[in-house]
Amino acid sequence: MPEQSESRPDNFVQLTFLSKPENVAFARVAIAAFAAQLPFTLEEIDEIKVATSEAVSNCVIHGYPDSLGIVSLKADLVDGMLRLEVKDDGVGIADLAAAKEPTFSTDPERMGLGLVFMESFMDEMQIESEPGRGTIVVMTKRPTSSGQENVHAQQPDHEL
Amino acid sequence: MKLQLEKIGRTLVARISGDLDLESASLFREKIDEALLEYEMINRLVLNLAEVDFVDSSGLGVILGRYKKIRSRMGSMFLVQVNPSVSKVFELSGLFKIIPAKDSEQEALQSS
Repeated sequence: MPEQSESRPDNFVQLTFLSKPENVAFARVAIAAFAAQLPFTLEEIDEIKVATSEAVSNCVIHGYPDSLGIVSLKADLVDGMLRLEVKDDGVGIADLAAAKEPTFSTDPERMGLGLVFMESFMDEMQIESEPGRGTIVVMTKRPTSSGQENVHAQQPDHEL
Repeated sequence: MKLQLEKIGRTLVARISGDLDLESASLFREKIDEALLEYEMINRLVLNLAEVDFVDSSGLGVILGRYKKIRSRMGSMFLVQVNPSVSKVFELSGLFKIIPAKDSEQEALQSS
């Protein structure tokens, strides 16, 4: 008896943490370990790590530029795919279209590639933002392999 | 991230181990810039990435920033031993086109 049109996740994790740079590594490693429940290849796991890192880094740098805030990260395994939701309650993005330009960057030391990597490494990426309210990024990725050469098969005794 | 710096003639070799992301980028920037400031004669920067298995856009940004610095003194920069797990972000960013990758430090030291 489904209550929503969306499928119920087979599994999920939810992480809430402060927008500190030292939490970015924690977030991507946790999501990579969780995603390994699906038959992703090692290369795909690396891509998920980059996408997670970019999304969380954006919350830290752009969401809360002058303060610390809360970053919420939710990962679902639903219908055999990974769905990631990264949310902040920060300053938001005034011009979303401009932010999506590959060369757009608010800082000369940065390359403006964060969104490009998220779009390239995940199957789908959606971003919604409201100035003064925050930003939410939703990304999905489905394993391409049939599960024959998944992470577990390649590295039975290793943790990610 | 750990960073080991060695000055060989007018070359600064930076051997990095660990992840190059938002957190480690600032330390990386600080240490390299410190060395560049101390040794004004340095005109070649060699980044050994053999022990790096994660780089994101923050890491690429800080590498590009050091490239701009060394170029401003008419110098050159090389990447050495880029792992397959990180080469994709370098390729996508186009960074390989401006900072050549070499197989070994020796090869980078002999390039101009």
